[in-house]
This record gives sequence, C-alpha cells and structure tokens, in this order.
Amino acid sequence: MTSSKQALAHPATSADAAPGSQPGAARGAQGRGTPPQDPGSWRSRMYRWDMKASPYAFIAPFFIVFGAFGLVPLLYTAWYSLHNVQLSGLDHQTWAGLDNYKNLLSSEFFWNALGNTFTIGVISTVPQLLMAIGIAHLLNYRLRGSTVWRVVMLTPYATSVAAATLVFTLLYSWDGGMINWLLHFVGVDPINWRESDWGGQFAVSSIVIWRWTGYNALIYLAAMQAIPTDLYESAALDGAGRWQQFRHVTIPMLRPTILFTVVVSTIGATQLFGEPLLFGGVSGSKGGSAHQYQTLGLYMYDQGWNIGNLGKASAIAWTMFLILLIIAAINLLITRRLRKSQ
Amino acid sequence: MRTSTRRSRRLGAIAVVAALATGLLAGCSSDPDDSSSDDNGGSGKGKTTLTVGTFGVFGYKQAGLYDEYTKLHPDITIKENVTTRTDVYWPKTLTRLQAGSGTDDIQAIEVGNVTEAVQTQADKFVDLGKEVDKSQFLPWKVAQATTKDGKTIALGTDIGPMAICYRKDLFEKAGLETDRAKLAEQWKGDWAKYVALGKDYMKKAPSGTKFVDSASSVYNAALGGESERYYDKDGNVIWDKSTGVKKSWNAAMTVATSNMSAKLKQFDPTWDQGFAKGSFATVACPAWMMGYIQEKSGDSGKGKWDVAAAPTAANWGGSFIGVPVAGKHQKEAIALAKWLTAPEQQAKVFAKQASFPSTPSAYSTLTPAAATTEYFSNAPITQIFGDSAKTIPVQYFGTKDQPINTAISDVGILQVEQKGKSPDQGWNAAKAEIKDVLGQ
Repeated sequence: MTSSKQALAHPATSADAAPGSQPGAARGAQGRGTPPQDPGSWRSRMYRWDMKASPYAFIAPFFIVFGAFGLVPLLYTAWYSLHNVQLSGLDHQTWAGLDNYKNLLSSEFFWNALGNTFTIGVISTVPQLLMAIGIAHLLNYRLRGSTVWRVVMLTPYATSVAAATLVFTLLYSWDGGMINWLLHFVGVDPINWRESDWGGQFAVSSIVIWRWTGYNALIYLAAMQAIPTDLYESAALDGAGRWQQFRHVTIPMLRPTILFTVVVSTIGATQLFGEPLLFGGVSGSKGGSAHQYQTLGLYMYDQGWNIGNLGKASAIAWTMFLILLIIAAINLLITRRLRKSQ
Repeated sequence: MRTSTRRSRRLGAIAVVAALATGLLAGCSSDPDDSSSDDNGGSGKGKTTLTVGTFGVFGYKQAGLYDEYTKLHPDITIKENVTTRTDVYWPKTLTRLQAGSGTDDIQAIEVGNVTEAVQTQADKFVDLGKEVDKSQFLPWKVAQATTKDGKTIALGTDIGPMAICYRKDLFEKAGLETDRAKLAEQWKGDWAKYVALGKDYMKKAPSGTKFVDSASSVYNAALGGESERYYDKDGNVIWDKSTGVKKSWNAAMTVATSNMSAKLKQFDPTWDQGFAKGSFATVACPAWMMGYIQEKSGDSGKGKWDVAAAPTAANWGGSFIGVPVAGKHQKEAIALAKWLTAPEQQAKVFAKQASFPSTPSAYSTLTPAAATTEYFSNAPITQIFGDSAKTIPVQYFGTKDQPINTAISDVGILQVEQKGKSPDQGWNAAKAEIKDVLGQ
C-alpha cells in the first residue's frame, strides 16, 4: 500500500516543481511528432481540443454510470428517508422530517440488527483473516503444484452465495444435517442451528469464512512474495527461526496489506446480506424467528420489500452509509498513526 | 489567461460528458420504440407477443393452454415470465405498475396481495368486470378483487379449498382409523379435534415420524376457515381481537408445545426432504398442495397418501390475473385473460396441476389426472375439494395481510415451536413485530 502510494505521489511532486509546464502536453507532443506550426489553423484547434477533452471522454463512462446508478439513487434515498413512502404508493409521499430516523433509533429491531452486524462481523472477520495469513504463509513455502493449491484456495470465492449457502443450510439442518450427525459421535445433542441465538450467527459466519478466507490468503500471498528475500536471509543469519521470521519480518512488512484487508472485510461485514437471507430460508429477511442473525442489510430489505415501508428502509440505508463513513474515518486515523510510527 | 483556459477546458469536458450522456440516453429511449414497432402489429401481418407475469407454477404452460391459444389465434404468441417466489415477485410488480412501464400484459396477483392491489393500484388495472359474466365466479372470489365503487381489477384463477392429506400406511402403524370418511367424521367441525388425534398418533407413532409437518401449517389451515382474520370489512386492523386468529393460534400452540410436530418450515428444502423421507403423517392440504406432494414425495409415496375432508371448509391461497393499463396490447390481453379464466380452461389446469377452479360451473366437469388419483389412493378428490369450495366463508383481507401473517407464523409460532418459548412469549413477540409492520 505505502509503496504504491509513494509511486503515485511522484508525478504530483514533479508537477509541483515545474508549475508552468504540463507534463501531459510534453508527452503528447513527443508521441505525435511536431505539433502544427500555425496556432490558429483548424488542425491545431482540433489537436488542442483532442488533448484537453479526450481524457475526460475516456473517464466519462465510469462517472456517467456512477451518476446514474450510484449518485442519483443515493440522493433519492436521502429524499425518501425524510418522507413517509409506502411501496404500494410511491406517488403519495408525505413529509416526515426526521421521524424515520427517530423511529429507527427507538426501534429494538434496529439496535438488534446493528448488534448482530457487529458480532457476526467480528466472529467472521477475525478468524477469517488469521486463517488467511496462516494459509498464505504455508503457500509461500516451496510446494509441489503450488498453482493448484492457489487455484483451490480461490474456488470458494468463485462459488455463488446461493449455492454455498444452500449446501451449508443442509449441513446445519437440525434433523439429519451432517454437522449434528458428526456432533452426536462426541455425545452432543442435536443443535437447532437456525433457531438458536448463537448457533445461527455462528453458522452464518462459517459461510462467510469459508467463502472469503482463500481470497484474503491470495492477497496476503501476493504481498508476501513482494517481501525481499534478503530480509529473510539476514534474519536467518541472525539466527531467527521460521516462527520468528514470520513474526518479525513477514507481519511488519504485511502491515499495509493487513490494514487493507481489514477495511475491505469490515465493509463487507457491514453489508452482509446474502448469506443470512438464504440461510434463514422462507422469510429469511427476519433473520430467524427472534431476529438472531438479522443484519442491518436484512432489516432494510425486510422493511422495504416485505413490509413495504420505503421511507424507513431508506433511513436504514443512510444510517448504514454513515456507519461506513465512520469506519472509513477510523481507518484513516489508524493509517496516519501507523505511518507516523514508521 | 490561466483562468480562461481552465474554464474552456471545463466547458469542453462538460460538452463531452453531455454528448456522451445524450448518446447513451438516446440509445436507451430508442430501444422500446424499435421493439414495439416490431411486434405491435395487431392490425398488420406481424405477430403480437403477449407476456404473462406469474409466480410459482400456474399450470397454464404445463396444461398446454398457451399452445392451444396460439393455435386458435395464429397472430398471437405468448411468453410467460415466471418469478419463483411471491415475496420477490410482488414488490417488483408494484414498482413497475407505479412506474407505468415494464409490466407484463397480464400480471398475476396472489390472494394475500389482492386487497393491497384493490386499495392502492386500482387505477393501474383495466376493469375486467365489464368484460366477463361475473356470476360464473365464486362470489367471494370476485368480491376480493373488486373496489368499493365496483371495479373488478382482476379475474380469479384458482382457489385453495382445504383437505387433509395423510399417510395411510403410517396411520395404520400407529393404530388409527385409516378410512377417509370415518377420519373426517372424527375431526369434523374443529381443528382442535384434529390436533387431539395427533396426541393419539404420537402414542404409537412409527419411529422417526411425527403427526404434522409444522405448527404454522395448522395455524394457516385453521385460519383459512375463519371469517374473521386480521382486518374487518371496513379495513380496520383487528388481528389481536379477532376470534379467528385466537382459535387458530390456540390450535397451533397445542401442536407447538407437544411433540407431534416435525418442526419443519414450509417450502424450505428440509420440508421437501421431510416429504421424501415420510417424516410426518399429515399435512393441511389445499388443492394446489397435491401437485407439490406428488413431486416431493416421489414414487415412494405413491398410493400411500390419502385425502380426507378438513375439519372446517377453508381456503388457503389462490390467485388472480389482471391486465395493467400500462400494457401495450390491452385488447389482446383482455381476451387472453378472459379465455384463461373461463371454466373450461380452469378445468384443464385442474386436470394437469390440481389447481382448483374458481368457477363453480366447472366443478361437474372436473376430472383429475389418473396419476394424481392413483397417487392419492383413489380418493374422490373432486368431490372433497368441491364440497369445501362451496362453503368457504367470505374473508376480508387488508393491505398488510402478508407481513402480519409472516409475523405470526414465522416469528410468534416459530419461537414457541423451535426455541421453546412459552405461548405468551411467542404472542408478545408477534405483537412487537406487527407493531413494527404497522408503523405504530
């Protein structure tokens, strides 16, 4: 992360050093031979136009698509969240001010969903990243058929949420599921995973862990392979064993990557939706009969599409957005602190 | 100088973006025009393609009705857009209706949503009451799809008259009566009697089997026979005072607090497995459920299932089809909707799919498929469901009927049945949920 940021910073500093010149123009002039002599001619005007406008044209598709499918819905949702809107009466909106938000803050279901999002996030992200580092470390050794292992690591990520969750749902079913069958050998009574308070959360996290561990492991592996081998060699010369090398060389060098995966996983955990929805089966958007694993995403879906209260659902969407902003801010603070400490 | 170049650069950028954007928009907007000029050939030689939006299995395609209609009207082709789950289908349809675009020429409406459609979407549908002889349908079915000022927004397709489907072989092993007429007599008039029989069953239950699939199926079946549900006929919410809800809840609680339930959630994969493994002996069985049982129980259940009359005449499920005003081929769509819901066609769907007609004049002509009759031990299916259909009470639905029902069965009842909460706790959980649903 830091190295790429430094690389990015370079052109900017060179531009600062020579304020009048435009690096792009110089490069363009080299690439296309001598520019036309007469500045007033048609060709030169076309040429100048091309120089200035083309970059915008090239980046425009993203911004147009983002505007249409990101920004407009975002603002529209904000508008909805300040109104009473029913799914069955989209054209009858009445002003509600901050009522939807107040409603949310006094709703036990909202706080429950927020808590669940947090606990499921923790019990899925932490083991997932720890396991990913371990696996990446193992894959980093010289192995026979290392490509095969790496591809295998990525297969869960390539599996669709629906397919994976369906299989897990059957594994966890309390009557005849494989997990309860295995547990009975060690004398544990069948657990009703879906309806027990912690069982449901645990089951959902296990699906998340299964799907994302390999993905993170590959990111770690890529970062590990960028670590110069002479660092390990000198550590070995100093008498560091495998474990010490891992602790004192690999982990510090991975720090920016770890931070990146933590942020990405946290955002993913905040938006967790598909796994608990499908795990819950029929009316899965309740997240179990006591809302044991109803995440914020599910709560929003339930309010909007099952109950038809679009105003409140929009308020939830915006609250989630604010939570993500806070997470991003915390991340920024930590990154700064880390950079200072280095 | 510097500022002026900046500004011109910005203007250039805006111009490019604007040009691209209009290009994109033009690309979008020209699309529907093109396609409609292609198939909007009602008057010309071109074929008209009608789309029918449904959820689950409607049986029209299965019974060959689309092919038959195309043969009768060679200038029409029909395409069915199926969304498997109602909870996905209905929100999608609602938004399209209100946007006035993207609707199919015919849209199906589930009975739990029909009141919402009548009260909030009436102006988005063609008045089909003027197009057909309404007296050929069951009066309560027509009433459900008709507004206060007499506009019928949709025509009834099937209804869900209730019976009890039971495993004859398991009943025999448990030492119970197996004759369908005598059984019906034992629980006649009250779902509590049916539940009481469950206690007898459990005394000698074959190992690994339970009396019933779930407590909420008993609740839904019992509620389907009550005239008082969640709303009164003026549209006021009365769910916590309703005698129907109370009686059905009590029956369900007896099941949930005993050991007679297999504790499955209906329409879950594990429920399907339950049919295949034969892990429960009875299931409340609206007519449309028979197709489901045949499919999920498979060959192993053949001839072992039987059908007996339900304790009370009840209705569970059933649908309507309406023609959205926004559709491109209204005239053709109305003709198709009329044809699909006519008694003769409903009888054909029953023969194939066991979906029970909403037109009484079809009842005398009904013949179930030979395979179905055989599968259900030659039970007189037509007569059992027909008798039930004729005496179903008039029921009033409300705009939030679906979410309230979900709150009671998938929160209240499930907490008692699967989490071991007391009935009072379950009731309070459902209450909190319904408050949230109603925004109170």
